Formats: sequence, C-alpha cells, structure tokens
Amino acid sequence: MTALLQVDDLRVHFGPAGAPGTVKAVDGISFSVERGRTLGLVGESGCGKSTTGYAILQLVRPTTGRVLYGGTDLCRADATALRRLRRKLQIIFQDAHASLNPRMPIGDLVGEALDIHGLYKGRARAGRIHELLDLVGLAGHLIERYPHELSGGQAQRVAICRALAVEPELIVCDEPVSALDVSIQAQIVNLLQDLQERLGLTYIFISHDLSVVRHMSDQVAVMYLGKIVEMAGKNEIYAAPAHPYTKALMSAIPVPDPDSEAQRQRVILAGDLPNPANPPSGCRFRTRCPIAIEACAATDPPPHDISTSHWAKCIRLAEGR
Amino acid sequence: MALAQPPATPRFAGSIRLAARQFPRHRAAMVGLVCLVLICLAAALAPLIAPYDPVQIKLSAKLKPPSFEHLLGTDHFGRDVFSRLLYGGRTSLSVGLLVVAFAFVLGVPLGLASGYFGGRTDNLLMRLVDAFLTFPPLLLAVALVGLLGPDIQNVMLALGLVQAPVLARMVRGSTLAVREEVYVTAARALGAGPGRIVISHLLRNVVSPIIVQLTVVFAAAVVAEASLSFLGFGTQPPQPSWGRDMSEARRFLGDAPWMFLAPTGAIMLCVLSINFLGDGLRDALDPRAWRTRRAVEPDKR
Amino acid sequence: MALLAIRNLRTRFATDRGTVRAVDGVSFDLAEGEVLGLVGESGSGKSVTALSVMRLVPEPPGQVTADSMSFDGIDLLRLSEAQAREVRGASMAMVFQDPMRSLNPVLSIGRQLVEVLQRHQKLDRPAARRRAIELLEMVGIPLAEKRLAAYPHQFSGGMRQRVMIAIALSCNPRLLIADEATTALDVTIQAQIVDLVKRLTRERGTSVIWISHDLGVVANLCDRVNVMYAGRIVESAPIRDLFHRPSHGYTLGLLGSTPRIDGPALRRLSPIEGLPPNLIDPLPLCPFLPRCRVSVAACRERAPERRDLGREHWASCFAELNQRTP
Repeated sequence: MTALLQVDDLRVHFGPAGAPGTVKAVDGISFSVERGRTLGLVGESGCGKSTTGYAILQLVRPTTGRVLYGGTDLCRADATALRRLRRKLQIIFQDAHASLNPRMPIGDLVGEALDIHGLYKGRARAGRIHELLDLVGLAGHLIERYPHELSGGQAQRVAICRALAVEPELIVCDEPVSALDVSIQAQIVNLLQDLQERLGLTYIFISHDLSVVRHMSDQVAVMYLGKIVEMAGKNEIYAAPAHPYTKALMSAIPVPDPDSEAQRQRVILAGDLPNPANPPSGCRFRTRCPIAIEACAATDPPPHDISTSHWAKCIRLAEGR
Repeated sequence: MALAQPPATPRFAGSIRLAARQFPRHRAAMVGLVCLVLICLAAALAPLIAPYDPVQIKLSAKLKPPSFEHLLGTDHFGRDVFSRLLYGGRTSLSVGLLVVAFAFVLGVPLGLASGYFGGRTDNLLMRLVDAFLTFPPLLLAVALVGLLGPDIQNVMLALGLVQAPVLARMVRGSTLAVREEVYVTAARALGAGPGRIVISHLLRNVVSPIIVQLTVVFAAAVVAEASLSFLGFGTQPPQPSWGRDMSEARRFLGDAPWMFLAPTGAIMLCVLSINFLGDGLRDALDPRAWRTRRAVEPDKR
Repeated sequence: MALLAIRNLRTRFATDRGTVRAVDGVSFDLAEGEVLGLVGESGSGKSVTALSVMRLVPEPPGQVTADSMSFDGIDLLRLSEAQAREVRGASMAMVFQDPMRSLNPVLSIGRQLVEVLQRHQKLDRPAARRRAIELLEMVGIPLAEKRLAAYPHQFSGGMRQRVMIAIALSCNPRLLIADEATTALDVTIQAQIVDLVKRLTRERGTSVIWISHDLGVVANLCDRVNVMYAGRIVESAPIRDLFHRPSHGYTLGLLGSTPRIDGPALRRLSPIEGLPPNLIDPLPLCPFLPRCRVSVAACRERAPERRDLGREHWASCFAELNQRTP
C-alpha cells in the first residue's frame, strides 16, 4: 500500500529564526501513514504532537519540511490548491464545544461545511445534513440546538459530523476524547472506528493517553520535546517498548487491576520537562533518562532499527542491552 | 432514510428571535425599552401632540408655573415648555441615531479590518485612531463644528467622527479575541475563506458588544448634543433643543425651576432608558441563555 | 470509631430548571488511615459530596442536609461558618484539579504557604518560613528556599500540584480530600504525584478521599472504593473485590469502557450508551436503568436496595453479577 500522507523533516519553530529562546515545538519529524490505517501520535504536554497535527493541515505554518499528500506538497500549495485539499484532510479538536461557534445552531454548523465547498446545494442540503447527523448517531431534531445545549459527547459528534461533511480521506484527531468521561470516551472511540471501517478513513490520532491509542492505532509514534523518539507497529510498541521514555510512559500508566498495580515496577522519571526554548543538547531526553551516559549529550541520536517496522532513537540500544 | 420535509435550519434571524425571547426577563431593560419607545413616539408625533407652537412667543404668559393650560409651564418668552420638550426631543434623538449610524459605518469596518488582518494594517489604522483619541472628544467636536459651521448636520458629523475611533478600538479588541477562538480555526480547517470567517464567525460574535457599545454611543451623543447646544453650537435659537433650553433656563432657576427641570429630566430619562436597554441586550445576546426547548432529549444510540 | 461518618447526605441546588439533586442520600464511613476512592463520572455527585463534607457548598443556592455527618467527633452540620473555617485547613484539607485556579497568581508561593501556617498553626513569620521550606522539600520541590519567592505561573503543572499538596498537608490534617488532583497532569507526572501522596499519607496516617474517574489510579492507590452514579453510591467494596467481583451495572460498564494497556488488544470497547442522568426529576427506580445492559425485570418495578455481598462489599443492584472482569 502506498502512503497516503508523507511528512518529511517537518519543523515548526516559534519566534524569530536563530534567536535564542525560539521554541522549536516540532523539530524534524518524519513519518508516513497508509490509507485506511491509523497512526497514533503520543506524548505528554509540550512534546509538539498537537502542533504537528496543526502543521500538517497548514493551520500553523511549518518553518521547513514537506507534507506530501497525493503527490502535492501542502507546505508549498497556493491558496486555491490548499482550499481544495482541505476537503481531503480534516481535523477534530480536543475541546469540542470550543470548536463550535456558540452562536450558530447545529444545523448551520454542519451546513457551513457543505456550503464552503458547494456541496448539496438547494433542496438536497437539508436531507444531507440529516444524513450526516445520522451517521454520527445524533437525532435529527438537534439541528435547532445551540452548542451549549449539548453534552460533551454530543458536541464532539457534531464536530466529527462537520469533518465528515466535506468527505475527507484523512482526519487528524487532536485529543478528541481527552476531555470526555470514560463512558462517553468509549462511545466516541467506537464511533471513530466504525466510521473508519465504513468510509475507509485514515486517521492521525493524537493523544497523551496510551490506553486509548492502543485501541485505535495500527502504528504508534512516541514524541518527546519536538522529536519522534520511537515508532513501531502497535503490538510491538506495547509488548516491547525500546526507548527509555516509552518505557517510562508505559510504566506510568495505571491499569485498573489492583493486583498488577501492587506488583508493578514503576520507572519514575525525575524532574520536569525541560524548557522547550532551551532543550538539552544531544538527546533531549537525557536529563530525565535513567540510563543516560556522557555520550548522550554529544549528538542527537539517529534512529536505531529494532525490526523492519520498529525503530527508536537511543544510542544505548546499539549496545545490545 | 424516510424523511418528511425536514424543518428549515434557522439562520441568523433565528438567533435574534431567541434573543428577543430572553429579553422580557430583564425587567429594567423592558422598562427602558418602553420608556424609550414612548419618548421616540412622542418626539415623532410632536406636531400632532404639542399643544402649542414651540417658537410662539407670548410675553404675557411668561414664566408661568405648570398648570392645566401649560403642562410644564412656560419659559421666559412665554413659550410652552412641554411643546418645546417634544420638538427638542426630535433634534436630540435624531442626532443620537445619526451619530450611532456614522460611528457604526466608520468604526466597525475599521475595527474588524484592524483586528482580523493585524500586522501593518492594524498598526496604520490604530495610529490613525490614536490620533483622534488624543483629543478630548467634546473639544474635537467643537473644533470641527467651528471649522464647518454651527449647523446641526455638522454637529452630527463631528460627534460621529469622535465616537467612531472609540468604537473601532473596541471592535478591534473583540475581533482579536474571537480570532483566536478554536471555532475560527475549525472554520479555517474546513476551508472557509476570510470573507466567510469575518461575517459568519467574527461579526456574529462581536455584534453583542458592538450593540451594547452603540447604546452607550447613543446616550453619549444625546448628552454631547445637549452640551454643544448649551455652548452655543448646534441648534440655533429659537429652535427648541434640550441642551439650549437648559442653558437658557439657568438664569431662571430660582424663579422658574420647571424650565430647567424639564429638559434635564428628559435627558436623564433618555440616557437611563438607553442604558437599561443596553444591559438587557447584552444579557439577551449571550448564547448561553438561549434555550430552544426544555430538555435535551437522548440521541439515537 | 470511624474518622468520618456520614449518614444520608443530601445536597440540592435550586436552579431555574428545578431542584438539582446533586447528592441524593450518600452514607459511608471513613476509618483512620484509610484511602477511600470515590469513583464516577460528571454528574455523579462525587465532587459535591466532598464539598459538602468540607462545608464549601454555598447555601443558597445549595442546601446540605444529612441525618448525621460527623468528623472526629465534631458534628459538621452544626458548625458555624467561622467554626467550619477552623476545621478546614487544620483538620480537613482539599486539593483540587486545577492548581492554577487554587493558587493566587499574584502572591508568591511562599507567601501563600506562610499565610496558611500562620493562620492555623499560629506560627510567627520566621518559624512559618522554616516550616514552609520543610514542606516544599517534603513534596519534592528542589531548591525549596529559592522557590519560596516564585510565583505560581513560574511552576509547571506538576510542581503546582505538589505545592497544593504541601499547603494541604501543612497543618497535618486528619483527612485529605483530593478531587481529580491528577487528572490534568501528564501521566508521568501523575505517577510521581500518586507516589508522593501514597508515601506521605502512609507516613502520617492521614485518611484520604481520592476522587477520580480514572479506575487505574484508584486501583493503585485506594483501599476501598465507592462507585457513585446520579448522586448515590451504587456500589461499595474493598479494592480487589471491586475489580474482581463488580456487582453493579454501572461498575461493569465503567470497567468495560476503560481502555487498558495490559491484556489482549481488544479492537472494540464496550461503552455505556446514552447520556448522563437527569438530576432534577429522578424516577423512583435505579438511576442507571436507562443505560444498563444487565437490567432484570425487578429493575423496572422498584428501586434497588443495598445487597450485602459479604466482606464489606455491597451494591444496589438486582442483577446477580459476580463475574471476573474480561
């Protein structure tokens, strides 16, 4: 299968170029996503995962790098081409309520997506809106409601509905369930999976919650301070995480089982995330890494292949630990 | 999926209807609205209601206290105060409305453009606005009127020019805030162009503070016109004007307080009503108060 | 004797849509040194329960009533506002979800800590300062003395929450209530904080009420769990029993909805369908009925009573559930 989306050395720097204190939110990310699959992008706050999602969609202008979609580089596309491509790539946000204009009723919010691209004009419009609402499991009478009248889960469904209205191929999901209750979370996750099967969608699923990512994704990329430190197929990364950060992340996740919790050996990371405007030299994780050595400060580690579909950026992996 | 003709989706008018439904809850605002409507009606129907000709001098009846014949008494020229009040209202209120219109037409697009485009456009426009704002508003109005001539049209123009920058600044601030909202980014992500974003998203969410600010502008304009007339600009004698009448009434405060109280009372009532109205509008335009039905029913699955 | 004993707590709020029964008949005990988990989702009443115990519910529009609510022998219901303030901070302390909101942004951390110490421990300023430094060190903030002068925005989220814990524990309270204290934190920071709370409370014998919707953290930290739904406790069990023998439809639903990183990678979760409950006009039946997958005929006829399942485990549920979780 050919890659639907390919990202090459994407960098997003905030602040004047070259000046000290420039925040390198995304600093050299490369990956590809295959059609119909889900890439999970995980990491904690400040790792740059959301910025990556925005940058792919050109909602934030990348500083350098390429985002190739069907042969076109989005970073260099002109306004008209970009507008056309916006139909193919959509996004849903973490705060569903915030992503809906509070003064527009649901029907108008969904209709707007259709109107922007001139889809289903005239008499077919109302019917299509109802179809779309049905697709995400919302009752038709909600078209008259305003966003604040909806629950978190319903609001997120509306957001998904809007994204689907333009008939996209790829959807970037930026922490879509983090703000929801666990039972609603599960509803939305299931919905996203259903839609993927029915409509052949491709997802980039951004989350800090490794448990949810495990359910959604085929491939997982772990980010830390603007870089991808490990990437692997889902099963490999959960069964045998290689990078010390991934290991720490996995061990920190609580499991709803008191017996295993009592026995778990946790890798507790020391300290806090370094200042993204002034990241550590060499491997960025070294200041909190339990196995860091002197050489780690020298250069940014290259990806070390653990298998054909699994790599991690840690010089200590080459030692055969 | 079998569907009867699905109900038409409500447009912007729908939100106005909803806001209107909220309005009656705010008692002060209702009172303000009613008062204002009465004042406007009275002013509009002045030729029909006014018992006397406001400029008719009748020296034999001068400085008479309120009575059956002269509801609010007479002034130093024997003119009926009540009639002068009604006709004076026409001037004051039309000034208010026109100033609001001027300020709106000048200030809102300026503020929107500044806020939305940012960068050099913003800088340029705001420096222009700052230039205007450095002058004390009344003085600027006086200067403009002095330049252009003391007619009432020039007064309106001057006041409008003076209020517009304030409005522009306010609109810019709101625009800046709304521009950063997630729903604007979401609209961009869908492919919305700047036009749609400005009209559907920015304007809609900025309109509430604009309307409230416009009520403030209206009140300020009425007072400003009164001040200018007080000073001798604007309406020329013998035309009735609340401000001018107040000015002339000063000399007779001891002998005929009703001469002063009538126009002052009218201005106060007007401004209070507008302020209450503004409060009510601000609350009514808050979407969180909008409720289309009693409870949100469950979804399908 | 239990440290905290609550019988039939009811907290209601008057709103223009009707009376919201946020807490609708909650009873439980908390022993000394026990860590009790209060689990549920939005609208379950867990936070309001904690606020009611702390007498932090504004009355009006709220109204807190109970058959009895006693803490360390003190009748919490009869306290005046001044007395409640004495108890709060000194004997009972609370840590909230968003430390940025709980800390005054224009006062330095040191100032806020010292104020609490001066007020409740009646220390003079130098003594309070020394104690403040001790406390910051205790919660693992490096360079404590220097950080006293720092402002909340200069700390990271995890650090701020540590400061909140320091403030909460500064007066050696008998009871610590943590309301979603780690929900907003990154998972590695959460692990640090949970570890810290575990250590500190075990060292001091503090009782803890840990409020969360995260079953994983609860499994790690708590001795006992009360599962709440629609303002009531629907199941109460010792920690292992809750996970191994969940006995209420809602508990089962929660466990089924929770994604895990252990076990087989299930492609689909089993969500609880439907929406959160209506707290205004509840029917005299089980509040979870509209969303329950395991309901039986009796559920539609009358409200469930507490069923004793042995070993201090009870559940208000007619369905005979007693399975191992998948």
